[in-house]
Amino acid sequence: MTPPGGGSMDGLLATKEIVVACGPGGVGKTTTAAAAAVMAAVRHGSKVLVLTVDPARRLADALGLDGIGNTEHRVPDAAFRRAGLKPRGQLWAAMLDTKESWDALIRRHAPDQQTRNEILANPLYQNISGRFVQSHDYIAMERLYEIHSEGDYDLIVVDTPPTRNALDFLGAPGRMADFFSSRLLRWLIVPYRSRVVNLATKPFYQVADRILGTEFLADISEFFILFQSMYDGFVERSESVGRLMADRRTTFVVVSTLEAVPLREAEFFAEQLTSRRLHLGAIVLNKVLPDYLRDPDGAAVAESMKERAGELAPRLAPCLARVDPAIADTDQVARVLAEVADSYLNFQVVALREMEERAMLSVVPDVLATVPFFDTDIYDLAGLVRLGEQIWE
Amino acid sequence: MNSLLDLKLVFVTGKGGVGKTTVASALALLASTHGKRVLICEVDAKGDVAGFYEAPPTGFKEKELLPGLFSMTMDTEASLREYLKLQLRIPVVGRIGPLAKAFDFVATAAPGVREILTVGKLCYEVREHHYDLVVVDAPASGHIVGQLAAPQAINDLVKVGLIRSQTDWMLDILSDPLATGLVAVCTPEEMPVNETIELAARVREETTVQLSAVVVNRVLPELFGRQEEEVFATLGRPPALELLDELVGGEAGTVLEAARLAVTMRRTRAAHLDHLRRNIDGGVPMMYLPYLFTRSHGLRTTRQVAASLGEELGY
Repeated sequence: MTPPGGGSMDGLLATKEIVVACGPGGVGKTTTAAAAAVMAAVRHGSKVLVLTVDPARRLADALGLDGIGNTEHRVPDAAFRRAGLKPRGQLWAAMLDTKESWDALIRRHAPDQQTRNEILANPLYQNISGRFVQSHDYIAMERLYEIHSEGDYDLIVVDTPPTRNALDFLGAPGRMADFFSSRLLRWLIVPYRSRVVNLATKPFYQVADRILGTEFLADISEFFILFQSMYDGFVERSESVGRLMADRRTTFVVVSTLEAVPLREAEFFAEQLTSRRLHLGAIVLNKVLPDYLRDPDGAAVAESMKERAGELAPRLAPCLARVDPAIADTDQVARVLAEVADSYLNFQVVALREMEERAMLSVVPDVLATVPFFDTDIYDLAGLVRLGEQIWE
Repeated sequence: MNSLLDLKLVFVTGKGGVGKTTVASALALLASTHGKRVLICEVDAKGDVAGFYEAPPTGFKEKELLPGLFSMTMDTEASLREYLKLQLRIPVVGRIGPLAKAFDFVATAAPGVREILTVGKLCYEVREHHYDLVVVDAPASGHIVGQLAAPQAINDLVKVGLIRSQTDWMLDILSDPLATGLVAVCTPEEMPVNETIELAARVREETTVQLSAVVVNRVLPELFGRQEEEVFATLGRPPALELLDELVGGEAGTVLEAARLAVTMRRTRAAHLDHLRRNIDGGVPMMYLPYLFTRSHGLRTTRQVAASLGEELGY
């Protein structure tokens, strides 16, 4: 089937250099990103890197990521062979370690050894790099930029951190640049350097002082004075990261399920991508219930089974007993018939609701992929390919 | 297990997508239908709590949505303003033009400030006895520990100042297992279960708050017992299947296929559930909420979930 915009997942992965998987939490974002990367490596003969944030243990195992952390690591061909696959390209994987990535960033931008050591040892820095929520968003984009500019890979598939607001990471480079170029930052630093406080800034200090205490304020200032030495490099870098996101070589894949709440969030996200002039390559809808649940004939049969369970059971029982003599209880057969029918009707409600949700989707991307519900978890390369093939269809 | 509703402050957390807000909304509704004066506070700032009661979004100022059920959305800047006004009577607040920006900046630069203002406001409502119960639709499990540990972290980082002087009474409320509890919501799936187990360990090690319950959401019904499973298996093969087709005048295979899917789904999930049970301290109550085969979500769903929660709590 040719999608409305004429695009295909295959085309997307063959032409783009960066694919960013994003969307609400709990929809299979990480697995989808991994599946896309595996498919690109298997089919296109490209050198592919999947940069993931928080994979399930077994998925991490499948990608050979256990204990690997921040460094890029090649998924061995043997792992593919075990899954019955012969990749044309190479698959590499790395996990994002926020703290390590921040440290690397400081090492790169610090003007000298002493500043570098002072920053790394500063308690505020440790707090920001390790705990500061938004720093995850920023560092993911920053790391992506770094790897991309090194040019080692044909394609980088990145999984985004689970943010409270799916948009957080998009604004992260800009916010980081704003933060370090802020006038308030200069206000905060000035008095501890020159001790000159002008009238305009005085109320700010009064409030800041009362809230945080002078000592803490001094700590903050010291930290930012140190940080200021890296200011130019940092802001420039943030801007480059932002530009890369908007580049034609980058595309976004929004992942969701067809449940109302995540889907609304995904839709909002897709709209925001469009309004920021970022490329919305595809929407992948995961865990969709199978088509046969929406079959009207199926519903008729289920209703009949449910209503006539008591009447059907005695007629079926002899036939069942011939196959398995242990089946003797007619009531039990009736119960099974009713349960089975009920279960079908229950799932049909959900399956119909899902299709309604899909039909009402406000944003129509070039590629809209629907992935069926898998009855088992995906935790190996073969499973990822199975998922990948569904996305490709 | 009644004790959950007898607490004063309940934080509800969980991995994204597991139904954290649904459970928080239902818990607040349940308490209010049992005559309690309840505040539900949304900290995650998605603005959808009120939607679970089919009401328009609420702001920092609380609003009564249903009898005895009040809702508010956390806004740390508003919390700071309120605090300065109440405690310090700082007249300067009104005159500071860029307070919002200044605050934003300080809060960004000094980790823990935002968290302390959130936790502080919640503890304040508890201390002043404005409500019988405050239910918090808290940040997702990745961030909740940072929030709950904020008073302690501030104690370590900030030596003096207004914020420092406020952490002691907050810690008193948060550390009292008869006043404050954390509810972890998860679904019987791999990642949510793992995250819940990790959360339980971190809460124990890094905070003074007690994990009061684990709520397992979206539990699929068990279709058959062992004996019935054999009947089902035999029914799905010829000659029984052909006879069934004939009797119902259609293809029963589709209907049976759906049941097979339901059974497999339940089985996969049961394994995750076992893993959860084995790894959560036996003293923490577990509650189970059924998967809802409903058309949509809204007040009706919230009521259904509240009823299931009520049953689990012995109401």
